[in-house]
Amino acid sequence: MGASLATVWTLARKDLLLELRSKDIVLAIVVFALLVIAIFTFAIELTPSRARDVGPGVLWAAVAFAGVLGLNRSFAVEAEGDTLDGLMLTPVSRELIFFGKVLGNFIFITIAQVVIFPVFEALFNISVLQVETIVIALLASLGFAAVGTAFAAVSVRVRSREIMLPLLFLPTSVPLIMAAVESTSAVVDGGSWGDFSEWLQLAIAFDVIFMIASAVLFQFVLEE
Amino acid sequence: MAALPKIRLIWLGFTAALMALTLWMVFLWVPTEINQGNIQRALYFHVPVAWTAMVAIVLIAVASVAYLKTRDEKWDRLAVAGAETGVIFAALMLITGMVWAKPVWGVWWTGEAKLTTTLILFFIYVAYLMFRAYFPPGEQRRRLAAIIGLIGAIDTPIIYYGAQLWERAHPSAVVGPYSNNDSSVDGPVGLTLLVATIAFSVLFVYVASERYRLRKQEDEVMALRRAISLQALRVATTSDSTESISSAPAGGA
Amino acid sequence: MGTKNSVALAVQATGLEKSFGNAAVLRGLDMTVRDGEAVVIFGANGVGKSTLLRVLTTLTRPDYGSISIYGRDLSKQAEYARLSLGAVLHSPMLYGDMTIRENLNFFGKMFRVRDLPGRIEEMTDRLGLGPRMEQRTRELSHGYQKRAALARAMLHRPRILFLDEAETGLDEPARKVLDGVISEHRAAGHAVVMTTHSIERGIAESDRVFVLAGGRIALDAPSSHVTPNDVTGLYSDPSDA
Repeated sequence: MGASLATVWTLARKDLLLELRSKDIVLAIVVFALLVIAIFTFAIELTPSRARDVGPGVLWAAVAFAGVLGLNRSFAVEAEGDTLDGLMLTPVSRELIFFGKVLGNFIFITIAQVVIFPVFEALFNISVLQVETIVIALLASLGFAAVGTAFAAVSVRVRSREIMLPLLFLPTSVPLIMAAVESTSAVVDGGSWGDFSEWLQLAIAFDVIFMIASAVLFQFVLEE
Repeated sequence: MAALPKIRLIWLGFTAALMALTLWMVFLWVPTEINQGNIQRALYFHVPVAWTAMVAIVLIAVASVAYLKTRDEKWDRLAVAGAETGVIFAALMLITGMVWAKPVWGVWWTGEAKLTTTLILFFIYVAYLMFRAYFPPGEQRRRLAAIIGLIGAIDTPIIYYGAQLWERAHPSAVVGPYSNNDSSVDGPVGLTLLVATIAFSVLFVYVASERYRLRKQEDEVMALRRAISLQALRVATTSDSTESISSAPAGGA
Repeated sequence: MGTKNSVALAVQATGLEKSFGNAAVLRGLDMTVRDGEAVVIFGANGVGKSTLLRVLTTLTRPDYGSISIYGRDLSKQAEYARLSLGAVLHSPMLYGDMTIRENLNFFGKMFRVRDLPGRIEEMTDRLGLGPRMEQRTRELSHGYQKRAALARAMLHRPRILFLDEAETGLDEPARKVLDGVISEHRAAGHAVVMTTHSIERGIAESDRVFVLAGGRIALDAPSSHVTPNDVTGLYSDPSDA
């Protein structure tokens, strides 16, 4: 167990090191998400009440769409140097490789959100930096990472992977996006845990189910 | 070989007869619903196609698991047949749903849980079919498609649960007078629904099996092509070694 | 299939079939490699040498057929088989934005190599990587990338080494290093499976010669009995591949 965790961490740390050098993924997520949010501030005339109504939806749509960009990169990096083959040659079980990748992507999306949330709060004038929203954000990042890592590994072998990944990832993530939007709305409207517990349960269920299902299916993805 | 077309013909006839019976029941036999009027007849199509779209998902899930277990191409064919037919039935479900909703509830789209779920599943399985179109044929495509099909199926109950929560959180902007109308489904209505559901299920089986057959023939053509190109290669190889000099490129492409 | 004699076999492959779309690359291929044996595989371009190596190294799964590496069936115990095999294929399989040391460190941890720092130093010296260890592999010349790839492949002390045209594009010093590594590996009683374009070299460096043609092993003979003409005579034009 300890050795497995160490392997997962070694894998994730490798991705973090590469990201530190190239800054491709986090930067792409942050810039794209902020762009979406900024465009919406022009597209919608933001009265305070309207900002509260549409803000959470805009925020999570931006994160989901931007997340696709980052997820695309996470396997493109492995495909470019054929390092995916290098990973496949190691005796590490495919589940652990999956969890390593998920952990890396989870950290990237989370770091990106650390930048996205304050800027969103400033532009939309609604307070999203609260304990509740942070928990929601972590749950959402985890689910995005789980589903996104599996689909990124599927679509990395397709000619037009930039098209394929969002088409697979976004509809599948709809329940998680719903949960994130609805819980954030509840928080923005002054609600607390009890007001969105069902949505939290949905997010947790989504995370658990797809963490397990994707890990099991991942070995089939990586075969050739 | 001769028995197969006969079974298909009988099945087609059976489907046609059931469809005719369904149409007669829906439009001539079952009494008009008092509140909603004629538009309520859309129900007799909406519910059966929704049911078959659901059956299609189960079919894709089962076939995908079976493919990953056995790697037998027939399961892949079954999954594709299910997906292609299912996408069409899901589209019909969405269209009949909207056609029904507009006069009754005053809006095309209500965010009703089953409609929302079907819409999202429609997108997932369209992506599934697009993936297959993008990817070159072979074992890898069958395997990756099975994974996508399976993830979509696993997602289905989660989407439905989410859509239900969403529907409850957003009581839809229903303008029509019958929004809280629980149509009773007993008597002639229930019987018509039952017959229509059976008819559409039979239709689904027919269309999907025809698609399966077509798929199989496509694969057979591919295999024949491969055999021919190998044969050409072998002929070229033997002439190579006997004549020792052969500048002609070996045939077959 | 008897486990007794398959333990002595480094590679035992039977009935391998693999096709990509319409192209059948491997068609019922059988081959065995004994432990301590160096084997070279020849074949015309596009005949499937690389596919065969990918299949043997667990990277590509055959459509049909079975393979065992030191008695480990790849369809059941691939993870154990991977412990005993090392591979240098066409691309170096290194992370371009990491230094050689970081790459070796990472892959060494994946293999849980004992005394990793010591082993990395050993490989550094053996392959003459010393001055380049802290450079990102993206910036290295082809020769040093190959050396680094060799270090990655041998880090976990594999019993069998797969080399796919490893000498292509190498300068003289790098080629010497490669030859030295291969002969040491053989001297240690381990197995080598390689492909190469230079037929004389291949014959000279191996114990046994295979020629791959038409998706099967068309020739299997001791290197001492084989002349370059025997090999090229079996090349066929795979223009449909």
